[in-house]
Amino acid sequence: MRFMMLMIPGGYENAEPGTMPDAEAVGPMMKYNEELQNAGVLLALDGLHPPSMGARVSFKGGKPTVTDGPFPEVKEVLGGYWMIDVRSREEAIEWAKRCPASENETIEIRQVQEFSDFPEDLQQATAGFTEMHEAAGRKAR
Amino acid sequence: MTTENVHRTIETVWRIEQPRLIAGLARIVRDVGIAEELAQDALVVALKQWPEQGVPRNPGAWLMATGRNRAIDLLRRNKRLGRKLEEIGHDIETDAPPDPDEALDDHVGDDLLRLIFTSCHPILSSEARVALTLRLLGGLTTDEIARAFLVPEPTVAQRIVRAKRTLSEARVPFEVPRGEEMAKRLSSVLEVVYLIFNEGYAATAGEDWIRPQLSQEALRLGRILAQLAPNEPEVHGLVALMEIQASRFAARVGPKGEPVLLADQDRSRWNHLLIRRGLAALQRAESLSDALGPYVVQAAIAACHARARKAEDTDWARIAALYAALGEIMPSPIVELNRAVAVSMAYGPAAGLELVEGLREEPSLVPYHLLPTVRGDFLEKLGRKDEARAEFEKAAALTRNGRERDILLARAAAL
Repeated sequence: MRFMMLMIPGGYENAEPGTMPDAEAVGPMMKYNEELQNAGVLLALDGLHPPSMGARVSFKGGKPTVTDGPFPEVKEVLGGYWMIDVRSREEAIEWAKRCPASENETIEIRQVQEFSDFPEDLQQATAGFTEMHEAAGRKAR
Repeated sequence: MTTENVHRTIETVWRIEQPRLIAGLARIVRDVGIAEELAQDALVVALKQWPEQGVPRNPGAWLMATGRNRAIDLLRRNKRLGRKLEEIGHDIETDAPPDPDEALDDHVGDDLLRLIFTSCHPILSSEARVALTLRLLGGLTTDEIARAFLVPEPTVAQRIVRAKRTLSEARVPFEVPRGEEMAKRLSSVLEVVYLIFNEGYAATAGEDWIRPQLSQEALRLGRILAQLAPNEPEVHGLVALMEIQASRFAARVGPKGEPVLLADQDRSRWNHLLIRRGLAALQRAESLSDALGPYVVQAAIAACHARARKAEDTDWARIAALYAALGEIMPSPIVELNRAVAVSMAYGPAAGLELVEGLREEPSLVPYHLLPTVRGDFLEKLGRKDEARAEFEKAAALTRNGRERDILLARAAAL
């Protein structure tokens, strides 16, 4: 089973553009990442720049509206993620518990939807993705 | 935390920590069977203490410290192990680091590698290696292994008991082989991992969930191995092969559970994260050595398919060349037959037909439908209908798969 461990650092919603992780926290975090890798469970990981460098596209009224960050109304924002491959939800939780996170950080655990989780009609609806991708590629050229 | 929750936590911690725990304890007692028992003892203590006192902050280190104390007690008590105590008791007392965390970090990688090599020792039968590896490194129960391999539980239990006894009686050293021994022993390890992967890959939808799970176990073992033996190209080759094959899981069966051939798969269902990981592992393998081993070459073939966004884009010329290379290092009629198919895709059915003519007398292919199926396909494409029909009918008579027989007879009838 694949799970995303979503890192939600408190205060990151107000972080200045270009904010980088605390140098002191990086060492233990690297060690943790290595542990995940040594256990054969880590598939991918990334850290994200703060929302002040991002943008939001909302669709109120059926039209895309772009808002540049930061977003004062948003209380919790992502700081990064790990994608792990484990045997159970409990195992994902156990790995999250081992993260050397600081007091104002939260990790949310979410299972990745596998294709086989989809009911048949949804499977059929997603089947044409390759063709769409191809068509988009041709148009771009 | 409720007692039920604590038990679930213990079970999870156990699943994660068990291999490292057994490996660490085996370094002390030099016997994987005894190490496993000691690890179980530590689990029993945890089951008693954790619900009362709470789960320790570093549960893995706690289990290791508990198991380690038991191991030292055992060494002191047990006369049977008296000689070993003289040999290593000294080390334990003088080198014992005060911080169990540190002890874990220092040795855990080496110990785990030793445990993998011991579980996959060529002195054991292939079945025994697989069972022991899944038990000690995958943390699967005997019942789970039995269900996964569709054999009765007592059979698996026997296999594991005998395997541990064989290792013990033969005094197989708990170590990573060196020099010339290494290549042979490593290929035994890789064979076990790939066997486990293929058993899971062969499972069909609707079977006991534990069977397809085997592929995940093998993949995890391969990923662990790649961390432990980062300079072995074949390890990365095997990981690449498994990652790429696993990327096709969602696409390889149709809505009714029927197998879907590579050429007909909906490639949007391939898992592109796994493909990327597979290609990266392959690149790593290729950068480590110019002499390519069988897993690296097989991974390179799988990569050719993975890189093709549409079946028509497949680089068959490269696949044909890779099969030729595979035939050099691992000669086999099946490899040759695959090469013929690749050659026909790259250079036309006549070129493919020429290659399979040389295989017609091959005794190992005689009982199977593969050769006449492939030959029939080439003949059909060349417009030699009567000969093609005869080959499809011959293949239909040889296959044991009903669905395949129907398809072959339909192809014969359509000519």
